[in-house]
Amino acid sequence: MVKHKNVFEINDFSIWYGDFMAVKNMKMNIEANRITAIIGPSGCGKSTILRALNRMNDLITTSRIEGAMLFHSIDIYDKNTDVIELRRRVGMVFQKPNPFPSSVYENVAYGPKLRGIRKKEQLDEIVEQALVKADLWKEVKEKLNDSGLSLSGGQMQRLCIARSLAQQPEVILFDEPTSALDPISTAHIENLLQELQKTVTIVIVTHNMQQAARISHYTAFMYLGELIEFGDTDTVFVNPYNKLTEEYITGRFG
Amino acid sequence: MKWQTKERLVELTVSSVGLISVVVLLFIAFFLFKEAFYIFFKAGVGKVIFGMSWYPTYDPPGFGMWPLIMGTVAVTVLTAIMAIPLGLGTAIYIAEVANHRVKEFLKPMIEMLASFPSVVLGFFGMVIIAPVLSNWLSPIISETLPDLLKDTNIPFISTNLAEFCYNKLFIASGLNITTAALMLTVRAIPVIASIAEDALTAVPRTYREASYSLGADKWETIWKVVVPAAVSGLSVAVILGIGTIIGETMIVLMVAGGAAVVPHWVFDAARPMPAAIAAEMAEAPYQSLHYYALFGVGAILFLMTFVLSLISDFISKKYRAVRIGGKV
Amino acid sequence: MIKDSEGINKPFALVRKKKINFKQGFFLSLMRIFGFTGAISLFVILVFIAYNGLEALSLDFITQPPAEAMTQGGIFPVIMGTVLLTIICMIFVIPIGVTTAIFLAEYSKPGTLLTMVMMSIYTLAGVPSVVFGLFGLGVFVVVFNFGMSLLAGSLTLAIMVLPYIISTSEEALKAVPFSFREASLACGATKWQTIRKVVLPTAMPGILTGAILGTAKVSGETAPIMFTAAAFFSPGIPRSLFEPVMALPYHIYVLATAGTHIEETRPIQYGTALILIILVLGMNLLGIILRSRQRKKRSW
Repeated sequence: MVKHKNVFEINDFSIWYGDFMAVKNMKMNIEANRITAIIGPSGCGKSTILRALNRMNDLITTSRIEGAMLFHSIDIYDKNTDVIELRRRVGMVFQKPNPFPSSVYENVAYGPKLRGIRKKEQLDEIVEQALVKADLWKEVKEKLNDSGLSLSGGQMQRLCIARSLAQQPEVILFDEPTSALDPISTAHIENLLQELQKTVTIVIVTHNMQQAARISHYTAFMYLGELIEFGDTDTVFVNPYNKLTEEYITGRFG
Repeated sequence: MKWQTKERLVELTVSSVGLISVVVLLFIAFFLFKEAFYIFFKAGVGKVIFGMSWYPTYDPPGFGMWPLIMGTVAVTVLTAIMAIPLGLGTAIYIAEVANHRVKEFLKPMIEMLASFPSVVLGFFGMVIIAPVLSNWLSPIISETLPDLLKDTNIPFISTNLAEFCYNKLFIASGLNITTAALMLTVRAIPVIASIAEDALTAVPRTYREASYSLGADKWETIWKVVVPAAVSGLSVAVILGIGTIIGETMIVLMVAGGAAVVPHWVFDAARPMPAAIAAEMAEAPYQSLHYYALFGVGAILFLMTFVLSLISDFISKKYRAVRIGGKV
Repeated sequence: MIKDSEGINKPFALVRKKKINFKQGFFLSLMRIFGFTGAISLFVILVFIAYNGLEALSLDFITQPPAEAMTQGGIFPVIMGTVLLTIICMIFVIPIGVTTAIFLAEYSKPGTLLTMVMMSIYTLAGVPSVVFGLFGLGVFVVVFNFGMSLLAGSLTLAIMVLPYIISTSEEALKAVPFSFREASLACGATKWQTIRKVVLPTAMPGILTGAILGTAKVSGETAPIMFTAAAFFSPGIPRSLFEPVMALPYHIYVLATAGTHIEETRPIQYGTALILIILVLGMNLLGIILRSRQRKKRSW
């Protein structure tokens, strides 16, 4: 059982895309087994910093970082770091559900197969557990061989969550996971996140402030690449100490 | 004239011109089969297609097309073994691995290779590759190598394997189906590579992102996600590549050797169907049986490529980004 | 519960990274090698032909007719033959091809007619060139009684390259943004006026580029002209459309395989091949450069 401590420590961290500084000297910690939300208007850098946590911005050739990003006290941007292993421990769910064009089973089994697990009984068990944890098992257990793309929007997103869960990650990063979904699916996933948080650390980027207020323990507010305020969700929403935060929360800009 | 009438007229004219393609295709099919009909009727379809003796200039002549068909099959299989991996590999490299500058250089290279005149490929095969095979490679693999093997004195290697090299690896003539396959590979690679590269590029970026975010590395992502997602486009690429190989004339005419017999070994000569037509048409008297027989060969060739076109069109209907005759 | 073999607080393994990299490194390198085979073959063949063909090249080679049973002299009529065949072929195919493209891009409605047309074009694109030659022989040379002639050859080539011209022109037309058409119609223009005054001019560079690439294809083909147009020897440029004509690809073929002076004419074969390659690759390169310039210039 992991004690409450910081899973991620972001120290004076900056990200550039070419000449554009997308994130400026950010300093923040992510606590284990909690939901940390990052909010802010479009273009504030919240997705950028999220993708830095599992080094997905490596895929963009013009990106460049400065500073330290520590995962369990190890700098993940050190050149000796195994980025593949990092991504197995820090999973990601994207804004638009993106299941692979294969069966539900194959989607969830993809990760474990990468790790070398081949035995059918083991894979079956992993797939079932992941789907149960993602609250999708009951709906798909009769149609594991159907295409992942044949599910509804909310189901596809839960499939993507199951796919991540099959890797037994410590952290899952959510990049606006419900912005493409209807209100009912959104509520379903928000409940799911609150369940998952007991075993997995969650970082969620959302443009929906109410969502952050509903489900997160900690909230970070970013504006134009800078971290303006970070703290207990209740404090940030009810009694923010920064004026900018208050203006955003009360809807004076967005 | 009122503008509505003029518009209507334009539309009618344009639509009629559009029909020309249909007319042409039907006309070609009709004409081919009409001329071919004579030989199939006279000698019997089964006998012609499966007959083993293609001796059109003998008396009495033989019009068994099987050696020609087998020539095409042999050459196509040999070429496919080389061209499919190379073509798909090229596509994967360009679409997934190469950086921007290499891409900008390689893609035009492939396009230029695609329009390279096949008579020059045949010429190259004839004057350079063929002599290299029979004068340089053949002594090495059919004399030097078995001698070396014999000296090792290891059982099986110094006896059976050496025998095999000595007998079977002797290249009597460089004009054989293997040389033809080599030049045909050069012809087929750009066809397969360009369609396959389109297919791979069309796979949405988000699939790759999902794969990376689960901890896959680049090759795993390519092999387990991108390629399977593009499989229908890749199949179309391969099928159209095979169609190109089957129909290619000048290379097989100049390089495959010319003997109208069923090839049994990779260094045998053969006369694939297009070669037979091109080589013999000049001598076949107009409207003689030979003339009709060659149209018969043409009809079979047309049927083969027609069926391949149908299959690839069917597959590509499930996949929308494949282009028809080429791309600007 | 499946256990991960290491504990959660283990620092990242460096050894593990090396093992994965080997497999990935191998396959990616393999793809790199495969990827360059095409370019390398092109280069090798070019070098060989150029090396052997350069010695035959001279101003005379290009401007003089052959002499001494082809063992000496130049290939002027051969070059002219290819040029004539190509030009006349284009004269036939461009109007029909572009009009068909206009049909597909602007006037067609989903239905049986459209499906038939598209299927025909797609199928024609896959027909082997020798089958076009057979068709040209049977229909143009014999039935229409043009004889082995420039006309028959050009028509055969035109049918062969028609699908290509249609598809490149169609792409050029479809690349014109819909907003241009909307703007024209909103000014009160009719559909045909819009096509004539707005869409076609905008698409013209793309259509011409397609035509240039088409000429490259046409110049290099042998099988369609082998029994419809090509002569082994004709003293000069044909004076009418009904005369046979020499052509570069056919010349190479015939010198290299038939005739009595195969070895002696070898330098001329190389030289002819080199001229043909320069012509075809040159047109191709021109088309590629034009196309990439057009793409960069596009302000929309």
